[in-house]
Amino acid sequence: MIETIYNIISQYILLPLTIAVFPVDYQTEAMLFFQTTIKILAIVVPVMIAVAYFTYAERKVIGFIQGRIGPNRVGLFGFRLWGLGQPIADAVKLIAKEIIIPLNANRSLFIIAPILSLAPALAAWAVIPFDDTKVLANINAGLLYVLALTSLAVYGVIIAGWASNSKYAFLGAIRSAAQIVAYEIAMGFALVGVLIAAGSLNLGEIVNAQSGSVIHWFWLPLLPLFVIYFISGVAETNRAPFDVAEGESELVAGFHVEYSGMAFSVFFMAEYANMILIAVLSALLFFGGWLSPFQGIIFLEDIFSWVPGMFWLLAKTSIFMFLFLWFRATFPRYRYDQIMRLGWKVFIPITIVWLVVISSLVVIDLPPWFS
Amino acid sequence: MVVAIKNPIHAALFLVLSFFSTAAIWLLLNAEFLAIALVLVYVGAVMVLFLFVIMMLDINVATLRQGFARYFPLGIIIAFFMVVAMGLIVSSDYFLSDIYSQGSISTIQSNTKLLGLAIYQDYLYHFEIAGAILLVAIIAAISLCLNKSKITKSTQPDVQVLAKKDDRLRVVKMKSEEKED
Repeated sequence: MIETIYNIISQYILLPLTIAVFPVDYQTEAMLFFQTTIKILAIVVPVMIAVAYFTYAERKVIGFIQGRIGPNRVGLFGFRLWGLGQPIADAVKLIAKEIIIPLNANRSLFIIAPILSLAPALAAWAVIPFDDTKVLANINAGLLYVLALTSLAVYGVIIAGWASNSKYAFLGAIRSAAQIVAYEIAMGFALVGVLIAAGSLNLGEIVNAQSGSVIHWFWLPLLPLFVIYFISGVAETNRAPFDVAEGESELVAGFHVEYSGMAFSVFFMAEYANMILIAVLSALLFFGGWLSPFQGIIFLEDIFSWVPGMFWLLAKTSIFMFLFLWFRATFPRYRYDQIMRLGWKVFIPITIVWLVVISSLVVIDLPPWFS
Repeated sequence: MVVAIKNPIHAALFLVLSFFSTAAIWLLLNAEFLAIALVLVYVGAVMVLFLFVIMMLDINVATLRQGFARYFPLGIIIAFFMVVAMGLIVSSDYFLSDIYSQGSISTIQSNTKLLGLAIYQDYLYHFEIAGAILLVAIIAAISLCLNKSKITKSTQPDVQVLAKKDDRLRVVKMKSEEKED
């Protein structure tokens, strides 16, 4: 269905437009540019909508976990619809609010910081394969690219904290930077485990290496790495229980105290986009991406063969996204020194040991994963 | 911009930008693995720590500028030698040979794989020696930092984990007060 819509758009809108506007020599380039733009929009727009409704889901889910109702007043078109209009109302409110720039803040850096945190969060989506064929940039070093871009997110936080010229913001930025750098290493090692197991850095090939059945997915041989990856992902996105960078009770709101209005909400969007990214990556790297969970089971495989692969990917992603909310609702915040201890003294040794284990498993061609 | 700008934080950020540009040039040369590794290592890790330190130090620019006139001639001489050295390397046979003009190597095989083969087969000893040197450097750096002063307070996690309720908490039974008439 998505292919058909895409083909219709490029055939009947883009092609005539290109021919009408551009001189003959540049038409192929212009067409390529337009098609890429359409594809980018087709990824970014759903991601942003997902971000908006993820905030809604968060309030609802945590509400239900805590025995509350959550937002249920703002509806659409006069109907209440369990508060489904809430994210839109929030967005309108935040856009309408004034952006306050503190007097002694570093103006240019203050404005550029939220952009620096959102841009890598969205750019990383370029290499995410949604299906066997649906991927914007099928590059060879896809996994490395994702790792590099997630490591850039820390700049937004540091610059925001420093440019605000506020002690709370600066403390939040320092905490967050130390935490992100620490967990980055564990996360990188976990991903190295995946690439040893799959023998490729290309995300599509990693998923294809897991095909077979649920047991063939990498979560089983890489179980410790998966757990570490996901926990590091929670820490990287500064989410509870590792949200000391925000730490409402001690640092007011951490690195973004001085931000208001849209600048604040850009930080928020970056955080949620990163969470969804971590969820998608866990689904892709450890849980077989778009592969059906019923693959290899004689009867069920045929029944569910009509379900598009993208559905499975999104379903798996949703489960991990729910885990983020579940963590936040149930765990108290970690103490700061314990976070550092967990990252440096527990996770990194475990990942290194498991790298040796997984390498030896690959060398002896252990079935069913590495044969 | 990295050298000329006054604010050290801005200078560090411009250094990040120049790393990015380098990565982009490498990407255009089809060395995608190296380009992304550059971003990952230098931009993602090294520069973050760098920025961190600069922010904590709160460098006073005025005092840094005092010695400028004194060191300027020396700086010029060093810069001259570096320019000459770089010019010699760039104009030497390495960069003129046919290897680089072929350019299609990377399209045949993933250059990540080629790089791996080069490091772990052809240049294994060089790689191992570099690794050993780095290990020594790490150990040296850590041992330099490891002077335990008596003022520093630290927690023992194992003691904390083993702590039980009975060690910390005492339930005192008290007689309830009688109601006075």
